[in-house]
Amino acid sequence: MHSSVIDYIHQRKTHYITKWKEDLTQLVFQQEGLSDDLTEDITNEMIDLVFDGLFSEEHEQEERLRRFADRLSHYGLPLSDYIRGLQSMRQTVKSDLDAQYSEGQVAAFEAWLDELISKLVDAGAKTQERVIDLQNVALKEMSAPLIPVFDRISVMPLIGTIDTKRAQQIMENLLEGIIEFRTQVVLIDITGVPVVDTMVAQHIIKVSKAVGLVGSKCIIVGIRPEIAQTIVNLGIDLSKFSTTSNLKEGVETALAITQREITPLSTS
Amino acid sequence: MRTQPSVEVGTEWGIVSARQAGRELAKEVGFNNVDQARIATAISELARNIYLYTENGVIELEVVEKDALKGMKIIARDDGPGIENIRDVMEDGYSSSGGLGAGLPGVKRLLDEFDIESELGNGTVISTIKWLR
Repeated sequence: MHSSVIDYIHQRKTHYITKWKEDLTQLVFQQEGLSDDLTEDITNEMIDLVFDGLFSEEHEQEERLRRFADRLSHYGLPLSDYIRGLQSMRQTVKSDLDAQYSEGQVAAFEAWLDELISKLVDAGAKTQERVIDLQNVALKEMSAPLIPVFDRISVMPLIGTIDTKRAQQIMENLLEGIIEFRTQVVLIDITGVPVVDTMVAQHIIKVSKAVGLVGSKCIIVGIRPEIAQTIVNLGIDLSKFSTTSNLKEGVETALAITQREITPLSTS
Repeated sequence: MRTQPSVEVGTEWGIVSARQAGRELAKEVGFNNVDQARIATAISELARNIYLYTENGVIELEVVEKDALKGMKIIARDDGPGIENIRDVMEDGYSSSGGLGAGLPGVKRLLDEFDIESELGNGTVISTIKWLR
């Protein structure tokens, strides 16, 4: 951009900031539950970002945009509001510039602003991506834990949808955990699995077989009545596998297999 | 008759969203818990077939009424390779992908009406209805 254009905008900086703040107020201040101080703060940061970018070198701009996008996302503020704000500033500045400068120089200003908007959208998208990545990691961490509950008895509670990736994790965690905890009986609790279709059933069957291969026994627990009916409707034969309706019964069965039982302490 | 927006099944997550949309509509129509599970499971099977065997396809959900009956229509539509021998895939234990082979015959048992049309190279449309009792 031509330096005289920058100087021109610089001279009228206060005017633009006042004008722009009015526009932003209409666009952004409707957000509920946001204190006036905070809104003012974020608006100022946005304005600084634009004018600093205009008057100084561009290094660190991406980092600042990223932080700004993080903040917007943190407070649940839509990026589109700020982009609309930038568009409104473009109109104001452009109409001023049109009267003073050549078409090419005005176009250069617009190109610069477009670039800024693209970068802001980019930063916003990256923030979202990071959030999704983090959630994926968090989800993966809690996805299929094997929990030892008694000597030689472990439980794997499954909650949520089982997709191919998770099915693989279940298998790995299970087989590793069985060796680690010297598990003889493992209870797989599917109470929290919303739908048992043929694929899920197939995975459960595979897992049971693999558990058998490493010398342990697998009991499927938490088969809800409606799931039991759909399994029968689908024509899936689970009769070769141990199943119980809830975890409590599963634990009792597992204790019986390992030749133990829970009895009340005698009070005498 | 009210048509619901169809759900695209392109990824494994498409199966989940089709299933959720189906369960929600089933609840709205007034199906009990067991039938909701049947409908969700059937959608899961149909959507998984789309995901496994075709590039893209949709699950369409609709509330239907006939005489005094109210029900839910589930259509699975894809433009995949089509099914060569429909009689085979409707047989228990048949699978071209190493699965259990309970999918389509299972869907037929889970729901009340089942209609399949497939043309080699032109895709498959499976149209099913579950009636509210």
